[in-house]
Amino acid sequence: MDVRLTTEQRELRDAAARLADGLGPQSVLALVDDDRVARAEKAVAEAGWRTLRSDGASGVEVALVVEELARGLVDVPLAGPLLADDLYARLKAAGGGAGARGEAAEALTAAAAGAATLAVGGVAADAKGMRALLELAGTEVRAGLVGATAEGVDLTRLVAEPAGPLVPVGELGADDAARWRALALVVTTADMLGAARGALRLAVEYAKVRSQYGHPIGSYQAVAHPLAEGLALVEGSVSVLRHAAWAVDELDPAAAVHAALVAKVYTERAARTICETCIQVHGGIGNTWECLAHVFLRRVLTSAELFPARLEEIDCGLS
Amino acid sequence: MDYRDSPEEAAFRARLRAWLAENAAQFRATGDEYWHQAGRWHVALYEAGFFGLSWPKKYGGHELPPVYDVILDEELALAGAPPRPSLGYLVHGLDRHGSEELALRFLPGMINGTERWCQGFSEPGAGSDLASLTTRAERDGDEYVIHGHKIWTSYSDVADWCLLLARTDPDAPRHRGISAFVVWMHQPGVEQRPLKMINGVSAEFGQVIFDGARVPATNMVGRPGDGWKLAMTVVGHEREPSTLGYAARYRKTVRALAAAVAERGAEPPDDLRWAAVQAEMLRLHVRRRLSEQLDGITHTSDGSLDKLLMTWVEQSVGHAALTVSGTRDPEMLATYLYSRAQSVMGGTSQIQKNIIAGRILGLPTA
Repeated sequence: MDVRLTTEQRELRDAAARLADGLGPQSVLALVDDDRVARAEKAVAEAGWRTLRSDGASGVEVALVVEELARGLVDVPLAGPLLADDLYARLKAAGGGAGARGEAAEALTAAAAGAATLAVGGVAADAKGMRALLELAGTEVRAGLVGATAEGVDLTRLVAEPAGPLVPVGELGADDAARWRALALVVTTADMLGAARGALRLAVEYAKVRSQYGHPIGSYQAVAHPLAEGLALVEGSVSVLRHAAWAVDELDPAAAVHAALVAKVYTERAARTICETCIQVHGGIGNTWECLAHVFLRRVLTSAELFPARLEEIDCGLS
Repeated sequence: MDYRDSPEEAAFRARLRAWLAENAAQFRATGDEYWHQAGRWHVALYEAGFFGLSWPKKYGGHELPPVYDVILDEELALAGAPPRPSLGYLVHGLDRHGSEELALRFLPGMINGTERWCQGFSEPGAGSDLASLTTRAERDGDEYVIHGHKIWTSYSDVADWCLLLARTDPDAPRHRGISAFVVWMHQPGVEQRPLKMINGVSAEFGQVIFDGARVPATNMVGRPGDGWKLAMTVVGHEREPSTLGYAARYRKTVRALAAAVAERGAEPPDDLRWAAVQAEMLRLHVRRRLSEQLDGITHTSDGSLDKLLMTWVEQSVGHAALTVSGTRDPEMLATYLYSRAQSVMGGTSQIQKNIIAGRILGLPTA
């Protein structure tokens, strides 16, 4: 048993962290800085992180990249295309997609080129600049082209409707579908953890500089203690996520899904608590549109909803 | 990266499991009976080759990677055996701050269980503010004479030795005037009184009154005034779930509660499922922390984060016990009541948060 990250994994994480720190929006105003977004888009595309899975990356590596980019609120597609890429690879391996015609065929061609994102319930949550949609309904893979896009709840991602009805293009085996679900839970968990870490850092830095009664507010225990709790919650989340990310490829599918559910249930509560603390520490400003606190929170809320993990699915036997 | 046992770890686990199947049943795992048998259990575990796994061979340990302690804890819980004796923090303290001579004199007996130990840090007037302790040690020839009152002293009723903090220089700044000693407990001037806790157990904690007890100057750990540094090492490790080995115990309680619910044909309540998530988190967290120790043991403030996590887990499990069993099952009621102590002992949750805020997050102090 040795669950340390490998040197390569640490280097990948550091590269993602550098990109996030350099090209993520540092303010709400920066969300509409098209130059910055274009540079972030170019950097993520060049790094090839949207096709990590078909390039052979493990769940651990995928989770590290997603977490770091979410920490920096990087507002170009990653989670959606990553999951579509994995789904497409599984579809191909299962011999699916061969008979697709028209828009479905066009969608699969786009998917092969890494230009597809994921749809859930017929809607894509991470669609900026993407051409095609893939969806897994039960064990059936469906495909289509991206239609109208719009701003959603999450200010760092665009949602999209399909141009027409999504068309069945093949089937996955039950094990394959379960493993893919585990990955989807892990990716959305990593996204929440990253956003929570970003929110915590924002709040800690603010608590060091905002002064009331002649002292920085972070010197007061009433402010410092929730921030300390936030860091403990981050550490707990890192531990459950790392195991779940490893389990995607290494445990049997049912165990991988359960590990991912544990990670998501734990991290969802942690991330929401941390974002709420971030708003509270910022006081009135934290409740304004101009503070990044709600941008982190919105990202957490949408990633929580995307592949929900319910407490009722947790097995208490811990087999 | 691998969460699974290596072939060597799997072989160790199998040997341990076989030994436990033969030997665990004669030891009680809870209540006063557990505390009364704790010494016999320690010796049995050591003699079978299953204790002191990650400690240096020169002290009687096995020098295995720290992850072996996880295997031990998991198998003990699975077998319904008592937990691993809690000594890691004392071992770290003496090994790091004592002379080679002192460590070689005392650690083998501590680790093999032939000499029992307690820790004399807290006082009635010095709890969270440990540096305000007033127990004093006054030089008298080659000895020091001890006067003072210690409390929350685990194993004080059976201990042969006490790792004691006492003030040797009343004029020094308060953190610098404290020294650490290894004091023989079976002598005039040492009086032990039990404390009965809210779960009914009275064999766990005691108070010790020192009234003229004597300790040779050569039993000082480190130099005069080094006591505070030693205390920080000891309490740092005392806060680590990986040192304490509680994670597996929480999972055991969750499984027992799940079985009780299933027997009634009911669905597990949310409190129990949440406790299951929390317990699983701690299991995985301990694995991560112990893996990190493969890079070398560090003495950082991370123990405060881990202590806080462990406290939340224990109190979630305690709440689940109350939800499932109410006050009807005495053992589960005791589990719940005992969980309230976790946010106090080893440094309160408030103290842990102060440490995290100041030393890790870098928040200013008022």
